[in-house]
Amino acid sequence: MSTPLRTPMPNSSSDQPRGNPDVRLSVEQASYVYAANPSQAPLFTLEALSFQAKPGDIVSVLGPNASGKSTLLNLISGALAPLSGRVFLNGFATHDLPPKVRAQRIALVQQESRLLFPSRVWEFILQGRHAHGHGLRFESEDDATIANNALAQVGASHLADRWMDKISGGEKQRVILARALAQQPLLLLLDEPTLHLDIGAQVDLLESLRRLAAENRYTVIVVTHELNLTGEYADQVVLLQKGKCLRVGPPATVFQRDLLEHVFQAPLTVEMTSSGRPRVTLFNKE
Amino acid sequence: MRPLTLGRLLLRCTILGLILFVVVVIALKLGAVQVSLYGLGRDLIRVLLHQSAGISTDYGVIVVDIRLPRILLAVVVGASLSVAGTSFQALLRNPLADPYVLGISSGAAVGSIIALMVENQLSISPEFAGLITPFGAFIGAAVTIAAVYFLGRRDGQMESTTLLLGGIITASFLSAIIMFLMSTLSGSNLRGASYWMMGSLSSLPPSSLLYFIGIGFIIAAGAIYTTSSDLNLLLAGEKEAMHLGVDVPRVRIVVYLAASILTGLAVSVSGAIGYVGLLVPHAMRMIFGSDHRMLIPASALGGAIALVIADTLARTVVAPSELPVGAVTAMVGAPFFIYLLRRRLA
Repeated sequence: MSTPLRTPMPNSSSDQPRGNPDVRLSVEQASYVYAANPSQAPLFTLEALSFQAKPGDIVSVLGPNASGKSTLLNLISGALAPLSGRVFLNGFATHDLPPKVRAQRIALVQQESRLLFPSRVWEFILQGRHAHGHGLRFESEDDATIANNALAQVGASHLADRWMDKISGGEKQRVILARALAQQPLLLLLDEPTLHLDIGAQVDLLESLRRLAAENRYTVIVVTHELNLTGEYADQVVLLQKGKCLRVGPPATVFQRDLLEHVFQAPLTVEMTSSGRPRVTLFNKE
Repeated sequence: MRPLTLGRLLLRCTILGLILFVVVVIALKLGAVQVSLYGLGRDLIRVLLHQSAGISTDYGVIVVDIRLPRILLAVVVGASLSVAGTSFQALLRNPLADPYVLGISSGAAVGSIIALMVENQLSISPEFAGLITPFGAFIGAAVTIAAVYFLGRRDGQMESTTLLLGGIITASFLSAIIMFLMSTLSGSNLRGASYWMMGSLSSLPPSSLLYFIGIGFIIAAGAIYTTSSDLNLLLAGEKEAMHLGVDVPRVRIVVYLAASILTGLAVSVSGAIGYVGLLVPHAMRMIFGSDHRMLIPASALGGAIALVIADTLARTVVAPSELPVGAVTAMVGAPFFIYLLRRRLA
């Protein structure tokens, strides 16, 4: 088992934008601890980990349940302040950004949210423009255009006038992604986006993510436990287990049979496809 | 895609405003003493032109000095309760939230009664004395909503059923306190327990207090309106709203304080009138959708319309006697609450 990759950059408490312009997201020795109260033993610890991502990169945060994937996502999104270390987006610490600025730069696609009152798909998409508005925020022509484009980019223009609670799970996931695109972010975070999707919809979603990352130069972070989708679509994998980062690197180097068997506690084989992507096959324990 | 525009917002508000005007005129006309529309129009113009001396008839006095202030009171109280209801529904993310159902109105009533007791003990100049009651009502509302909020939270999550049960129990407890305070304080100038628990618009506050309530409403409702775009996102959950750029703690405190002020103002002059804050926002949502930029002004106007109608019924159906207006709103509101509850569980 190897140690996680370390970034060459030293820790710094400076808020000034700085560093390599090719690097958009830089997680530097970030760690976090959950505890019921400060005097008790921590319930969960995410040990310090580091990685970097460039514009257009798809990074997959991979691990079994309770491995710290969501905690890492919360640190990156700025929802949680790291206990130590920093998370920089274009040189700014994400947690220190005001909510509005943060929403202009980081969009989060969460697992399906429950709506209190029914709303139309187009109303939902326009929520993504909130951070770009002022005062009472009556949406401008530009906002409507951007929202329409976002819907078109995920191939959901025909859904615009439908009610959110009357569309299928796969359609809803695409609409939620479109709302994130309407935020025009630099960083697109997805929390288990394929969880309730059938296999066709999963492939659709990841295909569109790859296309969007290439076209719009988003940096995409996907939290998932889907081994094969990660192997097929990620440029970089951050492999987590029980709050430890075991490996960071391209799928071809991270996907090693003994490592994955150890992390996921299941017997499996890894083979390389002709495209140089690893493919994982699970088999029975007997 | 048809985003809300300022033009459409103003058009809809104008229509609601016209309906309110018609309802007010009809309410002025109806009552134990019949008034002709012609006489009504003539006298209203005289009042507007400051020629009240020209109104010599008996019914002129009844209309201008008795019915009109009462109707204006209904307008402000109805608008306050509806905007408070809309805000609580968004803040607590519960479509069944309402100042009365959650016990917040009862808290404001207890606050008012205690303020009246304190006011009687202290010797303050009458101009300030009148303001102690609304202030006490605000404190009562704010403390109750905080208590209900924490009762409704389990493991850091708002739970709908727990919140409602917590509110209903709180309301029942506070009603007992009102009864206790009322029976220990016989013979004072306090109004009766039924006034505080059911609500009534029959006893008019001094006109200085009426102005104060009106201004308070404009400030508090205006403060809530500045957050209306944030409230739209808050409906999806605090975490999601934060990721869409809402400064959640700021919005929460503004709406919490302003909604408490609205409830306090309304209850201090009319007691705990129920269900207006539940019925009206839902009716407006069915007509205009759930965008708070439209919903808040629509609720204000709709609440005014609804309470003027309810109060007109309260003073005419059993004339020359009259019902507490809270009885009228509860007769309509309670079945509607059951309907919403069953639809939610379905």
